[in-house]
Amino acid sequence: MKCAVLFSGGKDSTYAAYLAKHYNNEITCLISIISENPESYMFHTPSISKVNKQAEVMNLPIIIKKTKGIKEEELKDLEYAIKNAKINYDIEAVVTGAVESAYQASRVQKICDNLNLECFNPLWQKDPEELWNNLLKNGFEIIIIGVAAEGMDKELLGKKIDCEMVNKLKGINSKYKIHLSFEGGEAETFVLNCPLFSKELIVQANQISGRRNSWKMEIDVK
Amino acid sequence: MIALIKTPNNKLHDLEFVKPIEDILKKNNVNFKSAHYTKLNKKLIKKADKIIISGTSLKDNNFLTYINNFNWIKECEKPILGICGGMHILGLIFNGEMKKYQEIGLTEVIFKNDFLGFHGRHLVYELHNLNVESKEFKTYAVSKHCIQAIKHKKKPFYGVQFHPEVRNKNLLVNFTNL
Repeated sequence: MKCAVLFSGGKDSTYAAYLAKHYNNEITCLISIISENPESYMFHTPSISKVNKQAEVMNLPIIIKKTKGIKEEELKDLEYAIKNAKINYDIEAVVTGAVESAYQASRVQKICDNLNLECFNPLWQKDPEELWNNLLKNGFEIIIIGVAAEGMDKELLGKKIDCEMVNKLKGINSKYKIHLSFEGGEAETFVLNCPLFSKELIVQANQISGRRNSWKMEIDVK
Repeated sequence: MIALIKTPNNKLHDLEFVKPIEDILKKNNVNFKSAHYTKLNKKLIKKADKIIISGTSLKDNNFLTYINNFNWIKECEKPILGICGGMHILGLIFNGEMKKYQEIGLTEVIFKNDFLGFHGRHLVYELHNLNVESKEFKTYAVSKHCIQAIKHKKKPFYGVQFHPEVRNKNLLVNFTNL
């Protein structure tokens, strides 16, 4: 089935894309929604240049749609982008990295239904520990580019997530009750390499900003 | 042993509609075996103590075209739980009628009578465009729009329109403990 992947550049949407391909579906394009609202209920806030680089090494076209991130209005922007993918890339289905959010999943389901498209959520209800194991086993190289929770220190920014880091996160999880796969927005991740990439992305430069429990690292990748 | 019958047409949907059920069974140490309805072996049904029929995606009604694959249900006496599409199958096998009702997302359901340990108001996760009504089933729960939980009047066959593998996982556990 020809699919578009709702793509933020983080671990969930990239792994969902990997699974779509693994189960013999064809990814014809990526869709990224760039929200101006960091508090958006629907979308992470990836930077345009980074997802462009990822699309480049995946050898896939990418539709980028900016949204002001106003509740419900951002859904119209998402629908517009998916409609664009249907017209220009002939998609029959949309793939998302939704894990637990009924809010996000049900809204994408409604849009797909309106546009007569299938909707796939291959990570739906997935156990966080199993998700990390699958990612690491399949060679996903992931770094943390945002933290926003007690226990998730600024020092985690830029750190690669390996077995040791997953154990550290489990420790933070038991002490501070963070969600182990960051469903509550505890952290944002960025995929530097995975089986879908033709080459590894290298971090060239970074800039850290934020305050208290909320920090972000803007990166340039090559 | 539970026979878990898969209904999705695309294997990628198994991860969304079958695996969450398998994970609940595993977590509760319930022995199970999964099989797609098109590759169902009669031996599996014979060996199983109970049967669960999964749901599938909004657009995937392929199983309705192959409803005759489920004729074995008519002769079955073992407890069956049909989830969403699985409930539609149960209803259709017993002369039910399909109707169009769409519900997507969290929805309030009211259980009028005890149903697999559920009573009163519950918030459930819905994902359906269709609903089934069969005179051979009694209605146990309703939402604002349609029937949500049914039980066959003579056999231990249960159907839920919503997805207990997403919210209300206990319903599945209670079924396995029947």
